[in-house]
Amino acid sequence: MNSSNSEDKSFVTVIDSSAKFGWWKYLQEVWFYRDLFYFLVWRDLKTRYAQSVLGIGWAIIQPLFSMLVFTIVFGNMARISSDGVPYAIFSFAALVPWTYFSGALTGAGGSLITARGIITKVYFPRIIVPLVAVAGKLWDFGIGLIVLFGMMAYFGFGLTSQMLLLPMVTILMILAASGIGMWVTALAIQYRDISYSLGFGIQLLMYASPVVYPTSMVPERFRLLYNLNPMTSVIESFRSILLSTNPIPWDGLAIGLFVSVLLSVSGAVYFIGMERKFADVV
Amino acid sequence: MSSNNTAIRVENISKRYRIGSQEERHHTLVGSALKLAMQPLRNARNLRRLTKFAADEIESPDIVWALNDISFDVQRGEVIGIIGHNGAGKSTILKILSRITFPTNGRVVIKGRVGSLLEVGTGFHPELTGRENVYLNGTILGMSKTEVDRKFDEIVEFSGVAKFIDTPVKRYSSGMSVRLAFSVAAHLDPEILLVDEVLSVGDAGFQSKCIGKMQDVASQGRTVIFVSHVMQAIRNLCDRTIHIDQGRIINDGPTQQVIRNYLTGDSENQIAERVWGDKHTQPGNSGFRLLGLRILDSDSNTAQAFRTSESIRIQIEFELDKLIHEIGVGYDLFSADGSMVYRSYHYDDIPEQWPEIQLGYNRLECVIPAGMLNGGSYVIRLCVLQQDIKWILNGTPELSFDVEFDHSRSPFFFKLRRGVIAPVLEWKRSS
Repeated sequence: MNSSNSEDKSFVTVIDSSAKFGWWKYLQEVWFYRDLFYFLVWRDLKTRYAQSVLGIGWAIIQPLFSMLVFTIVFGNMARISSDGVPYAIFSFAALVPWTYFSGALTGAGGSLITARGIITKVYFPRIIVPLVAVAGKLWDFGIGLIVLFGMMAYFGFGLTSQMLLLPMVTILMILAASGIGMWVTALAIQYRDISYSLGFGIQLLMYASPVVYPTSMVPERFRLLYNLNPMTSVIESFRSILLSTNPIPWDGLAIGLFVSVLLSVSGAVYFIGMERKFADVV
Repeated sequence: MSSNNTAIRVENISKRYRIGSQEERHHTLVGSALKLAMQPLRNARNLRRLTKFAADEIESPDIVWALNDISFDVQRGEVIGIIGHNGAGKSTILKILSRITFPTNGRVVIKGRVGSLLEVGTGFHPELTGRENVYLNGTILGMSKTEVDRKFDEIVEFSGVAKFIDTPVKRYSSGMSVRLAFSVAAHLDPEILLVDEVLSVGDAGFQSKCIGKMQDVASQGRTVIFVSHVMQAIRNLCDRTIHIDQGRIINDGPTQQVIRNYLTGDSENQIAERVWGDKHTQPGNSGFRLLGLRILDSDSNTAQAFRTSESIRIQIEFELDKLIHEIGVGYDLFSADGSMVYRSYHYDDIPEQWPEIQLGYNRLECVIPAGMLNGGSYVIRLCVLQQDIKWILNGTPELSFDVEFDHSRSPFFFKLRRGVIAPVLEWKRSS
C-alpha cells in the first residue's frame, strides 16, 4: 500500500478553464482506465441476454430472420441478382457485418444517455462509453460469423487463402462503426433528435449499402458516391472474400478506409471537445 | 505554508449554468401557429445555447453562477468540511474537483490520485452477482483489476455479505447492496478523497460504521474534502470547514466557529440576546408581543458558550395586551445536525408549578440542567401556542449556543461520544 502511495505523489491534475486540451495526457488516461473499459464491455455482454430463454440465441435470430424475409421478398419475388450464389447466403454474408454495424451505432447512440448515472458521479475519459458499445457487439458478430461459416459449409463453399484478409476488413468495419458511433454519441447527448432518428436512419442506410442487392446493380457513375459509405466496401469484401462473387474491390476499400479514418479522427476530436460539457447537458 | 505541501489549490473557480428562461407568449391563433412552426428552430437554438455562451454573457436572466470566484488551498493531510444550504454550490465544487464537470473560469491544481465518492454503488448492475459488481464498481471508482483482486477478500469481509457474494445483486435487500457498495468505496485508497453526502444512506449502525471508516481515512494522513448537511459528522471529522452560500465562500476557518456562524445565520443573530424595542416589529399576534429572548449563564450574564457542567438559562420576555386563554410558552431545542432534542412548555408540570402569566409584562425562564446535553451546537426556537391548537409563534425567532463537554468525572468518559444528550446516569449492582 505504501508503494502505491508514493506512486500517487507523481499524479498532478491541472484543471484549467483557459488551458489547451492535452491529447497526450488524454491518451494516457484512456490507457489508465483500460480495466474499466474491459469491465464495461464484460458487463454489456453479461447483462445483455440475462433472464431470457434464448440467451445468446438472440445474437443470430435477427440476422437469420432478416435473411429469411429478404430471401423471400428480394430473392424469390423480386428476383434480384445475387452474383450467382444462392440468395440466402448472399444476403447473410452481408447481414453479419451489417447487423454488427447497426447494432454498434444504436448501442453507441444511446450509450452516454444510459450511462448518465455513472458520468454524473464519476470521472473517466468519456470516450470509453461509446467504444464499449462498439466493442461489445463484436461478440454477436463472432457468433454470426460462425453461423455464416456453417451456412457456407452447407452450400458447399470451401476455405480459401483469401479469407486471411477477413480480419483486415473486420478492422475497417470496426473503424467505420467507431467513427460514426462517436459522432452520433456526442451529438445525441445534446440533441436527442439524433437518438430518435437513429433507427430509421440506419434503416435507410441499409438500402444505401449492398445488403439486399449486389453493387453491380448500382450505375457506374454513382459508384464513387456509393463508396463514400464505408459499409459498401466492407460488405462487398465480405462477399468477395467468403463467396468469391467478385474480385476484392480494392479501390472501394481504399475509399472506405479513407472515409473511416476521417470519421474516426474527426469523431474523436468532436467527442473529446464536447466531453467537458457532457455532465452539464445529459 | 510551503506550497509543495499543498494537495489542492483552487484558484478563482467559477461555474456557469444555463437554466430555462421564460418564453414569450402569443395570444393569437396565427401567432401560436407561427410559434409552433418555428419551434424546431427555437429548440435548436436553445439546445445549442446549453453549452455556448456569448463572450459578454455574464448577467442574463437564464444564467446561474453555481460558483462565483472560489479560491482555497488544502494542505496535504487536511480534512475539510464544506457546508451550505441546498443549491449553495457545495456539490458543484466536488464535481469540479473530481472532474465530472468543467469550470467556466479558473484553475485547479491537484497533487495526488483523487478518489471521489459522490454516490455509493455507482454502476451497480442488478443482474450481476456481488462479486462481479465489486469488480465493476471498483474499476469505475478508479481501481485497477489487480487492485481489486488484492483487496477483494477485505471488501467482502467488511461488507458482511460473503455468503451471497455469488448471488445476483437484485436478490439482495437494499441494505445488503448498500453495505457491499460502501465496502468497495471504503477500500479505495487514493491520496485525496472527495466525499459527498454518502453517509446519509443506510441505517444508524451502518452510518456509524461509515463515520468510523472516514475517521480511519482521515487519521491515515490522507486529504479529505467532505460535503455534508450533518453537522455532527463534519464536527467529528473536520478540523477546518468552508461555508458556501450562493456560490461564494462565506466563511473558511476552524470547524467549530464556522458551524456556529452557519447555524446562527446572519451576523445579527450572532448574539446570545435578541431584543425588540419597537412595538410594531415585535414578533407575535393575538395580543402576544415578544420583547426579548436571551441565553444566560448562572451569573445572569448573556452567554453563548457553555460547558456541559454548567446550567443554561433560557429567558423569554413578552407582553400580553389581553389575556390569552390556555397560552403555552415554550421552545424547541435542536442539535446542530437538525434533529430535535426536545420541546418544552411552561405548563408541562402540574398546574400548581406553572409560572403565572399576567396581563402586561411577563418574564419566564427555563433552565437546561447541567450534565444533560452533549458537546455541540444547539439552536433554540421559540414556540408560543394557544389552546394547544393555534400557533402564535412557531419556531421563530431563534438563538444558538455552544456547549463543550466536560461534565463527567469518570476517567473513561472524557471525550465526545455520539448522541444528542450525554447524561451521566446512575448505575448500580442489581440483586
